Amino acid sequence: MAFIPHTPEDVEAMLATIGVADIERLFEEIPASLRIRSLEGIPSQLSEMEIGRLMSERARTDGRPLCFIGAGAYEHHIPSAVWALATRGEFYSSYTPYQAEASQGTLQLIYEFQTMMASLTGLEVSNASLYDGASAVAEASLMAVRAHRKSQSRRILVLGTVHPHYREVAAAVAGNQDLQFEAVAYSSAHGTVSPQTLASYEGQDITAIVIQQPNFFGRLEDVDALTDWAHARSILVIAVVNPISLALLKPPGEWGAKGADIAVGEGQPLGVPLSSGGPYLGFMTTRMELVRQMPGRIVGRTLDLAGQPGFTLTLQAREQHIRRAKATSNICTNQGLLMTAATIYMSLMGSEGLERVASSCLARTRELVSALTRIEGVRAAFEGPYFHECVLSLDRPVAAVLEALAKRGVQGGLDLSGYYPGLGPALLVCATETKTSADIDAYANALTSILRSAPGATAERQGAAAGA
Amino acid sequence: MSQLPPDLRYTKTHEWLRTLPDGRVEIGITDHAQQSLGDLVFVEVPEPGKSLKEGDACGVVESVKAASDVYAPIECTVTEGNSQLTSAPEAVNNDPYGAGWLMRVRPASATAVDGLMSAADYDKFVQSEST
Repeated sequence: MAFIPHTPEDVEAMLATIGVADIERLFEEIPASLRIRSLEGIPSQLSEMEIGRLMSERARTDGRPLCFIGAGAYEHHIPSAVWALATRGEFYSSYTPYQAEASQGTLQLIYEFQTMMASLTGLEVSNASLYDGASAVAEASLMAVRAHRKSQSRRILVLGTVHPHYREVAAAVAGNQDLQFEAVAYSSAHGTVSPQTLASYEGQDITAIVIQQPNFFGRLEDVDALTDWAHARSILVIAVVNPISLALLKPPGEWGAKGADIAVGEGQPLGVPLSSGGPYLGFMTTRMELVRQMPGRIVGRTLDLAGQPGFTLTLQAREQHIRRAKATSNICTNQGLLMTAATIYMSLMGSEGLERVASSCLARTRELVSALTRIEGVRAAFEGPYFHECVLSLDRPVAAVLEALAKRGVQGGLDLSGYYPGLGPALLVCATETKTSADIDAYANALTSILRSAPGATAERQGAAAGA
Repeated sequence: MSQLPPDLRYTKTHEWLRTLPDGRVEIGITDHAQQSLGDLVFVEVPEPGKSLKEGDACGVVESVKAASDVYAPIECTVTEGNSQLTSAPEAVNNDPYGAGWLMRVRPASATAVDGLMSAADYDKFVQSEST
């Protein structure tokens, strides 16, 4: 099927109507230096049959490993109904409500999504979704700067335990708008940020603080104390949360005495497959008083002229099709299809279902950690509670161990040495409800034989790795 | 026809300025501006103490169809924003030169206002803009 449905005659008729000789003339205002003439490195087209075959071959090379990697993207069971419904034409092809008021079904779905996210995070208002968790952190930081009109510094404190990719993306997106992101040191004994650490920022002009719960290491931060510290100094609190964990943990709206001001996160755990890293969806919720600074679309429920309930896009005056460069965001979207899947997933699970998934993740991860730390040369890196991820310290460099595990069909976790060299050989592992006791045994057995077959590292080698 | 009080000064970005007895200057948007925007649903005014250079965006007036910046017509320091507008933005529509004022400022130069347009000049400017 041709992507552009116009025939050459259609195009000619349209050009004649507007009095333009050829299509190229319409792009004249783009300077020649910015135009790309050819797409180097992009091969020419393949037929559907050829592409199908190529992709199946590529997929086969991945195999079907047991995945114990989390670190921001999580393998959860997705009920078949989720994508069977999400890919129905009514949802799938009406992707975004261009003619908003004629798309009542899509608007209602977005409204339901917003309602569920607001309820899950304990805040008053949600937008219709964002690109992903990382860009949601960037958007929340920009939003905090707009909303906090007394703070002039544009300084954002980001706990060192926030996902490293989220920190990089926030700096890449918002750094060019003069926001400064500063990492707050974490305790290497606990894998969390002690509220006492913040004393060094006393008396400084800080716009907002970003706190992830559970943090990147899976550990639980003292969110109440951190939030209260920030609010006592008029610093806005941005919470980064995993939606599944909220079935068990206190929602951001209840952190400390006042609750976090903005909550964001990655919605992938809600019915979206891993798919090699995307597309995913970000979410954002906030207090009503900050709603005008919130980026993205918001769907509202209203009454029509006949007094019947209906749905409408609201607060559009701040969006980029109206406000252009002054819009609350110029890079955000409503991730329509993924949001549809997330909404269906949450409706199917209900609060009880989500709680069972979360409890099961916690139980499986405890089982995994206890099985792995029984192995000589493996210990938990941090003391204290975690949710469904945990950092393990190994007695030798992690990369080679992971490679050996992969050969045995186990994706054993994420090697943290590139992200947190100070931790030494550290491995972030995760088990969701998809892992059985047999899977966990398979991992433990594989790791045991790998660590046994080669000699463990000496203290000197460990020191060298930690210092690298 | 929009009203144009003769004792005020006006700008090309549709703000008006009134010099108060204590030397401060009150700033709002013109009747013409509020009519073009339509019913306002939200007004954002600057914080007291904020220093502004001429042309700085310092507030936002938002209607159901558009959100427009308000620009500082002169170099000044904000002494007061009209906090009543937070709960009653419609004051800008109903009384643009009175209760709908946006901010009061201390000008950097006492004569800064004199260089701006008179009511007659602004009227001509609006006519020329609409043709």
